[in-house]
Amino acid sequence: MTPISITHILLLSTSLFFIGMYGFFTRRNLITLLMSVELMLNSVNINFVAFNKYLFPEKLDGVFFTIFVITIAAAEAAVAIAIIINLYRSHQSIDVEDAGEMKF
Amino acid sequence: MSAQLMILLIPGLPLLAFLLLGIFGNSSELLKKYAGIIGTSLMAISCFFAMHVAWGYFTFNNIFQANYVPNIVFKYNWLNFGSGISIDMGAFIDPISSMMLAVVTFISLMVHLFSLGYMKGEERFGTYYAFLGLFTFSMLGLVLSANIFQIYIFWELVGVSSFLLIGYYFNKPSAVAASKKAFIVTRFADLGFLIGILSLGFYSETFDFQELIQRLTDHQSPQFLAISAASFVGVSALTWGLLLVFVGGAGKSAMFPLHIWLPDAMEGPTPVSALIHAATMVVAGVYLVARLFPIFALSDPIALDVVAYTGIISALFAAIIACTQTDIKRVLAYSTMSQIGYMMFALGVSGYGGENGAGFSASLFHLFTHAFFKSLLFLGAGSIIHFVHSNEMEDMGGLRKLMPITHISFLIACLAIAGIPPFAGFFSKEAILHAAHAGSPVIYYIALFTSMLTAFYMFRLYFNIFWSKEATHSTHDNHGHGEGTWSMKLPLLLLMVASIGVGFVPFSHYVSSDGFLLESHVDLLFSIAPVSLAVLGIVFAAYLYRVKNNKPDNIANSLGGLFMAAKKKFYIDEIYLFITKKIVFNLIGRPAAWVDKNIVDGFYSMSAVVTEEFSNTIKGWQSGNVQGYARYFLGGIMGLAILLLYVLN
Repeated sequence: MTPISITHILLLSTSLFFIGMYGFFTRRNLITLLMSVELMLNSVNINFVAFNKYLFPEKLDGVFFTIFVITIAAAEAAVAIAIIINLYRSHQSIDVEDAGEMKF
Repeated sequence: MSAQLMILLIPGLPLLAFLLLGIFGNSSELLKKYAGIIGTSLMAISCFFAMHVAWGYFTFNNIFQANYVPNIVFKYNWLNFGSGISIDMGAFIDPISSMMLAVVTFISLMVHLFSLGYMKGEERFGTYYAFLGLFTFSMLGLVLSANIFQIYIFWELVGVSSFLLIGYYFNKPSAVAASKKAFIVTRFADLGFLIGILSLGFYSETFDFQELIQRLTDHQSPQFLAISAASFVGVSALTWGLLLVFVGGAGKSAMFPLHIWLPDAMEGPTPVSALIHAATMVVAGVYLVARLFPIFALSDPIALDVVAYTGIISALFAAIIACTQTDIKRVLAYSTMSQIGYMMFALGVSGYGGENGAGFSASLFHLFTHAFFKSLLFLGAGSIIHFVHSNEMEDMGGLRKLMPITHISFLIACLAIAGIPPFAGFFSKEAILHAAHAGSPVIYYIALFTSMLTAFYMFRLYFNIFWSKEATHSTHDNHGHGEGTWSMKLPLLLLMVASIGVGFVPFSHYVSSDGFLLESHVDLLFSIAPVSLAVLGIVFAAYLYRVKNNKPDNIANSLGGLFMAAKKKFYIDEIYLFITKKIVFNLIGRPAAWVDKNIVDGFYSMSAVVTEEFSNTIKGWQSGNVQGYARYFLGGIMGLAILLLYVLN
C-alpha cells in the first residue's frame, strides 16, 4: 500500500477549512456557526498532524499541539453554548441577526 | 519650664485653640458650648507666658538693663537652597518683639474676654474663637520671626485670618465684599513685599534679619557694594528693595493710597476690629519697618523719606476724613489710619543710634500706647453698638447715664488719643512731635495740625454718642442686657487702667534703635503748643456737638465741596474703581478674555469637533453583526497575506 502523499492530506484540510468558513459566513443559526468554527479548527489539527508526520517524524510536537487545540475547542464550545443558551433566554431566538444590539 | 518651650507655647496655645475649635468646634456640642471658655483660658496662659518672657528679657535678676542685645531662642533650618541661603524658622527675641508679644497677647486676651459677652448666642461661636486663635497665632509668629521669609509667611497668615474674620457674617453681602476688598488690596501690596524680599535676598545672599542688617549697613561689605551698584530706572536696587518691602507694610498698615480696605473692614464683628484692625495687625507695617530700621536709617535716606511722607500724608488725610464720617466704627477706622501715620512718620524722621534714634523709640512707644486706648475705643464702640443696635451716630446720643462704665472708659480713651496729659497718648505723641521737630519742620507742623484734628473728631464722636440729645433708649428698650455682662465690662476697665498708666512707662529706656538706654525727657515748654491745640479741638467739638443744634450743618454747608469730598473719602474708592473697571478691565481684562474664549478655547473646541465628525463617519462600521466583523477580519488577514507574500517579498 502506497503511503498517502502530503498533498492529498493538505487538500483535505484546505477544503475542510473553506467549508467551515463558508458556513460561518452564510449560516444564521448560532449552533451552526459554532459547528463551522469547529470544522476550521479541525482542519488546522489535520495540518498539524500531517506536517508533524511528514516533516519531523522523530518528534511529537504537532500531535501534542493538536491535543491542546482539541482541549481548548471543547472549553470554547462549552462557553459558546452557554452564551447561546443565555441569548435564547433573552431573545427567544438563536438567530445571529437578532443579536445586533452591540453596535454604536 | 525652659524658656525655649515657653516661647514656643506663646504662639502654640492659640494655634491649639484654633485646631481644637476649628476642627471639632461645630460638631461637638460640648466644645461648642465651652468654645469661648477654652479659647479665652488658652489665651490667658499664652498671655501669662508672654508677660513672663518679656519681663525676663527686659530685666535680669529683676533689674532693668541699660543695653539689650537680640537673642535667637531657637532656629530650625527649614528650606536650604545651598550656597548659604536658607529659610529658617526661628524665634527672635529683642526689645521690639518682646514688647509686641506682651501687647498682642494682652489685647487678644481682652478681646477674647469681651467676645464672651458680645458674641454670645452667635451660631458659629466656636468658629469665631477658632479664627481668633488663628489670628493670634499668626500675629505672634510674625512678631517672633527671625527670617524675612518667615515674616512673609506669617504676614500672609494674618491676612487670611483677617479675611476670615471680616467675612464672619458671610450671609451679609457688604461683609463679603469688604473681606474680598481687604484681601485683594493687601495681597496686591504683598506682591511688592515679595519682590522686595527677593531683591534684598538676592543681593545680600541671606534672608536672616540679623545677617541682612549686618551686611546692608556695613558700607564696605561686598553685598552692600553690589546692591548699591545695581540700579533700575536710575534708582539703586537697595532703594527699590526697601521701597517694595515698604509697599507691603503700607498695604497692611493702611497707608495712603492703599488704605481703602480698612474702613470697609469694619464690617467684621466689633471685637475683631479692636484686635485686628486697630491694635495689632495694622501695626505690622510699622513693625516691619522697625525691624529693618537700621538698613533704612543707615543705608538709604531716600526710602526713609518716602516712609516719612507717606506717614504724614496718611495721618492728615485720614484725620480730615474722620471729621466727616457718621458711622462710629468708620471714624475709629480713620483715626487708626491717622495714628499709624504718626508711627510711620516718626520712624521716617528718625536717625539711628543714641539721641538721633528718638523717633524710633517714639514710634514704637505710640504703637504701644495706641494699642491700649484704640482697642478700648473699639470695645467701647462694641458695647455701644450692642446696646443701641446701630453704627450710626444719629441713633445715639445721651448714653452717658445709661452706660456709665462705657462712658468713663470711652472718655478716658478719647483724652488719651487726643494727647491730654497725663493719659498715655500724651507721652507718646509728645515723643513723636519732639522727633518730628528735630527731623523736619514741615512734618512737625502738619503733625501739630493733625493732632488738633484728632482731638476734634474724637470729641465729636464722644459728644455725639454720649451727649447731643436726650437718651431715646429707655431702660426697657435694651433687651434687658444693659451694658453687657461682666466679661464685657472687665476688659473695658482693665484697658482703661492701661490707657491711664502705660504712658508713665519709661519706654525709650527699653526700646531704642541701637539697644542702648535712651533718656526721654518731657519738655514742658514744648508741650504747650500740642496740648493747647488739642484743648482747642475739644472745646470746638464741645461747642458744636454738646447740645444738638444746626451749627455743624451750617459749617458743612459753608465748606461746600470740600466737605462733600471729605465725606466721600476724597473719592479714592471711585478712583480705584475707575482704574480697575474702566482701564484695567477694558484694556487688559477684555482682550485677555477674548483670547481665552476664541483662541485658547477655540483650539480645544476645534479638536473636539474634528473628533466628533470623524467618529460619526466611521461609527456605521460597528454594526453589531458578528459575521460582518468576521468579514473585516478575513479581509484583513488576506490583505496581510498578500502584503507579506507579494509586496514585501
